[in-house]
Amino acid sequence: MQKPLAPSPAPGTGPTPAKKPTRRCAEVCLELLCVECVRLFHDKQSGPAAAAALEAIGYRVGQQLVERYTRDKPLLGDTLEIIKFVCKDFWQALFKKQVDNLKTNHRGVYVLQDNGFRWLQRLAGPPPPGAGAGADPGREEAARQLALRYLHLPCGLVRGALGHLGVACTVEADPKQLPSCTFTVRIT
Amino acid sequence: MLRGGPPGARNAPSLEQINAEVFTLTYGSIVRQLISDFEDIEEVNKQLEQMGYNMGIRLVDEFLAKAKITRCSSFKDTAEVVAKQALPMFLNVSANVANWSPDQTECSLILTDNPLADFVELPEEHRDLKYCNVLAGVVRGALEMVNMEVECRWVGDMLKGDDCYELRVKLKEHRDEKFPYKDDD
Repeated sequence: MQKPLAPSPAPGTGPTPAKKPTRRCAEVCLELLCVECVRLFHDKQSGPAAAAALEAIGYRVGQQLVERYTRDKPLLGDTLEIIKFVCKDFWQALFKKQVDNLKTNHRGVYVLQDNGFRWLQRLAGPPPPGAGAGADPGREEAARQLALRYLHLPCGLVRGALGHLGVACTVEADPKQLPSCTFTVRIT
Repeated sequence: MLRGGPPGARNAPSLEQINAEVFTLTYGSIVRQLISDFEDIEEVNKQLEQMGYNMGIRLVDEFLAKAKITRCSSFKDTAEVVAKQALPMFLNVSANVANWSPDQTECSLILTDNPLADFVELPEEHRDLKYCNVLAGVVRGALEMVNMEVECRWVGDMLKGDDCYELRVKLKEHRDEKFPYKDDD
């Protein structure tokens, strides 16, 4: 009998009891897990393949998390309400803050801006001494490319969350100025 | 040879906490992706261990910064610190250290509560998967940073029906022994 390998949300089928106090762990565990996961996939695969793998990892987690967060809660309404749920409740639960700014063109594109994206905090070091804005575009671009590697997983998370709520979309991240980042959701 | 008091006597200094669910689910998703991309289960086991190793070498810094422990110079002390201070600090679970070899170079870390494996069921076709192998790597990496070269292997796995997770840790080399550390220098 095939059993899903990934953690299954069905209560009562596993050895754990249905009701349990929320388990906590140190955030650094997740942080390092993500960092090493990015490294592993980029070492073993080409850029695009690694990006796809990381996005897929995030996608599954996003679906599973939203399934849990919305269990026993009233259904959300239209797309905008769903996007707002992601910007507030989902972001708060995952990144300990809400999205700072939401923009839409009312034609299926939503831009979520997080001015201090938690998972990029470690990458965003202090600016080098004596450097003015744009002093070293080469270094800035390298930093941006590096940051992008760490954003495939979060993009997957958002796409998985939205997908589970009935919003099929693509999600693309743009690390504007670390640790600030935008996530562009395009409804498909 | 000072330690920071008996193991477990001090409250684990708090690191920023998150809901462990995200961690558990992310790990599960990573394992699933590795199986999909690598297919060979032994390769997956190896990659999980390597990932853990890289995490372990950095987790040690976090631990030593918060725990304020001064030198553990014996493998025995180190094992106790891992089981009773480090695991609780990072995962809010503790382990027991048991089954010492007569020459004190090998022991077991035994866990019955393992956040990595929450809600996980191992299908028969992945019987050879060492689902928690990242932990074996973390222990190996962490101990290498305190100059102890160890080999870790799983001898008990609750996902396979055993009644605990038992990680056998064997000391191969303790590099401090080559450069004696004199406290009164």
